[in-house]
Amino acid sequence: MQPSAGDDALTQTPLPATVPTGPDAAVPTDPDTAGPAPGKGYAISTRGLVKSYPGPDGTATHAVRGLDLDVRSGETFAFLGPNGAGKSTTIALLCALARPTAGRATVAGADVVSQPARVRRQVGMLFQHSALDMDLTAEQNLRIHARLYGMSRRHSRRRTHETLEAVGLTDRRRSPVRTLSGGMRRRLELARGLLHAPRILFLDEPTTGLDPHARAQVWEHLRDLRDRHGTTLFITTHYLEEAENCDRLAIIDRGRLVAQGTPAALKDAIGDDRVVLRTGDDRAACHVVRRTAPPGTGTALDAEGVRLRVPDGSSWIPRLCAALQAHGIPVRAASATPPTLDDVFFHHTGRSIHTPRPPAQPAATRSADATATRKPAPAGQDRPAAKAEGRR
Amino acid sequence: MTTSASRDARVRPATDTSGGPGPAPLTRLRRELRAVHALVHRDLLRLSSQRTHTALMLVQPVLYLFILGGGLAALIPDSALGVGYQAYLFPGMLMMTVQTPAVMVGIRLITDRQSGYLRELLMAPVRRSTLLLGSCAGGTVVAAVQGAVLLSLAGAVGLPYDPVLLALLLAGMLLASFAITALSLALAVGLGRPEVFQLLLGLVMMPLLFLSGGFFPLHALPGWAQALAAVNPLAYGVDLLRRSIELQVPGHGAAAGIEWFGLQPPLPLEAGVLLATGALALLWAAHRFGRPE
Repeated sequence: MQPSAGDDALTQTPLPATVPTGPDAAVPTDPDTAGPAPGKGYAISTRGLVKSYPGPDGTATHAVRGLDLDVRSGETFAFLGPNGAGKSTTIALLCALARPTAGRATVAGADVVSQPARVRRQVGMLFQHSALDMDLTAEQNLRIHARLYGMSRRHSRRRTHETLEAVGLTDRRRSPVRTLSGGMRRRLELARGLLHAPRILFLDEPTTGLDPHARAQVWEHLRDLRDRHGTTLFITTHYLEEAENCDRLAIIDRGRLVAQGTPAALKDAIGDDRVVLRTGDDRAACHVVRRTAPPGTGTALDAEGVRLRVPDGSSWIPRLCAALQAHGIPVRAASATPPTLDDVFFHHTGRSIHTPRPPAQPAATRSADATATRKPAPAGQDRPAAKAEGRR
Repeated sequence: MTTSASRDARVRPATDTSGGPGPAPLTRLRRELRAVHALVHRDLLRLSSQRTHTALMLVQPVLYLFILGGGLAALIPDSALGVGYQAYLFPGMLMMTVQTPAVMVGIRLITDRQSGYLRELLMAPVRRSTLLLGSCAGGTVVAAVQGAVLLSLAGAVGLPYDPVLLALLLAGMLLASFAITALSLALAVGLGRPEVFQLLLGLVMMPLLFLSGGFFPLHALPGWAQALAAVNPLAYGVDLLRRSIELQVPGHGAAAGIEWFGLQPPLPLEAGVLLATGALALLWAAHRFGRPE
C-alpha cells in the first residue's frame, strides 16, 4: 500500500512545511519499503509510516496511516491526540517493538526495521501502563534492567544508585515495588528508562492517573533531563496543558498527522480569537452580529450564546456591543479568548479532543473509508460536515 | 507471514555486520549472555523474595512422601517393588517438586504479557529468542534449586549422602526441569490468558504424574497406558533418577520403568530424549515468540 495519507496531512497543514524533501531521497537500503528516505540529522524521522492490523473478514484496521514526522535532537516533542488515535502504535513502531506495514523510520540514526537492536540501545521507554516487577524491590528492578541492557555489574550498580537519587527514591530502594505509591512507581520507571542513558526517551502518557502533585514532580524531572542532558523527549499525551509545555507538538487523529509545529505557531495559524456574547435575545443578536462582523466570519448560536471567531477578538467586543445596544438588545456578558490547543485540534479535526470519537463504523464502511484516504479528499468537502457533527 | 519471515532472514545478517559503532561479535554474544543472566537473576530474586510461596510448593511432595509413602509402606511388601515404598516414591517426589516451578514459567510468560512487563523485556536490545532462552534458564535453575532442597531429605528414605549420587540426581533434575520448562513455554507462547493455561494444567498434570512411574511401576499399567507413559517427559525424568540411584546404590533401585517395544532404552538415550524434547520445544517457542507483531 502506497502511503499517501501523509501528503494529505502536509497539504492541509496551514504551517510552513518543516519537512525537508528532495536531496535526502538517498539510496533505499530495503527495497521492500523503498520510498522517500527519512530526514537525516533528526532524532526521529519517519516517512509514510503505516501500520495496519488484519481485522475480521479480510478487512484491515489502520492504526497509523502514513506518518511524516521529524523530531529534532534535544527537543521536547508532544504527540497529542485522543484515545485510540494511534499514539501508542506509533511509539511501538518507533521503538521497533512492532514492524511497520509500510514506510520508513529512523530513530537515533538507526533504521527501525533493519537495526532494531541499535534503535533500542539508544532509546528509553516509559510505558503507558506500569511495567515493573511488583515482587522485587525498586533497586532490583533497576539492576535487572541494567543487565538486560548489557551493563557490567559495576556500571549497573553505579547507574542504579545515580538514577534512584535523581528521582528521589534512594530511601525507598529496598522497598518492594508493590508498596510504592503510584507517583513513586512512575518515578521509578523514569529512573529505569534513563538507566542506560538513552538519547531519546519515549513517554507514553507519563502522567495519566497521577495526582497533580505527582504530575508536577514528573514534569520537573523531565525538564531537568532536557536541560541538563539534552535528552530528546517524545511524549504522548491527551492533556492539552502538557502539550503546551513542549517545544513542538504534532496532532494525530485517527492514525493521521493533522498538524505539526510549535504550540504558538499552531495557535497563531488559527489566529482568530473566540468571542462569546450572552444577550437578552440571542437569536436577534446573531443576525446583528452577522451584519456587523467582517464578512465570512463563522458565527454560531448555541446554549452558551452567540459565538464567533474573529482576529483580535477583544477589540471587537465594544463594537459588537455598541451595535447590539443600537438594536435594543441588552448584552449580559462578553468574552474573547485567544485560541487554545483544543481550538487547534478542533480546527484540524472538527472535534474537541475531549469529545469521544463518533461511533465506530461497520467494518465494510471502515475499509471503504481506508481506501478513500489514498486519494486526498478536497479539504472543504468533509470538514464542515465533521464540524457540524462535533458541535451537535 | 512468509514475506515477513523471508525479509527477517535477509535483514538479520546485515544487523550483525553493520551493528553500529563496532560491537564485535564477542561483545554481542556477551550482551545476549548478560540478558540471559538478568532473567535468571530475576527468577532467583523472586524465589528468595517469595519464601512463603516457595516453602508451600515444597510442602506437597513432603506430605506425599511421608504420609502417603508412610501409609502405603505398611501395605506394600518390599519384595513387590524391590525396595521400601518410601524409597520407591522418592524419585517421583523429586520430579513433582521440580515440575511445579518449571511449569510456572509458562504462566509467568502470560502474566508478564498481561502486566506489561513483557514489553519492558522486549525493549531490551537483545534478540527475542534470547529472552525466551533466559526465561527457560531461569525456570530450570529455580526448579533445580527447589529439587535440591527436597534432595536434602534423601537420608530419610535411606539413601546415602554420596556426592556422586547427589550430583547425578541433580543433573537428572536439571535435565527434566529444562524439558518441562521448555514445554511450558512452548504452550504459553500460543496462549493469551493464564486461566486457559491453568485449566489445561489442571487437566493434564495429574495423569502425567500418575503415568510417570513415580507412584507405582509402569508395568502395572495396561498396555495403552504404558504407551502413553512412553511419551510422558515426567516418566523419563523419574526413570532417569531411579536408574541413577540403582547405578550408585545397587539394590536400592526398582523395577524397570519405560520400555520401548519391550526393551528398556539405555540411560544416556533417556537423557537424550529429555534434552531433545526440551531443545525442540524451546526452538519452536523461540520461533513463535521471535515473530514481531
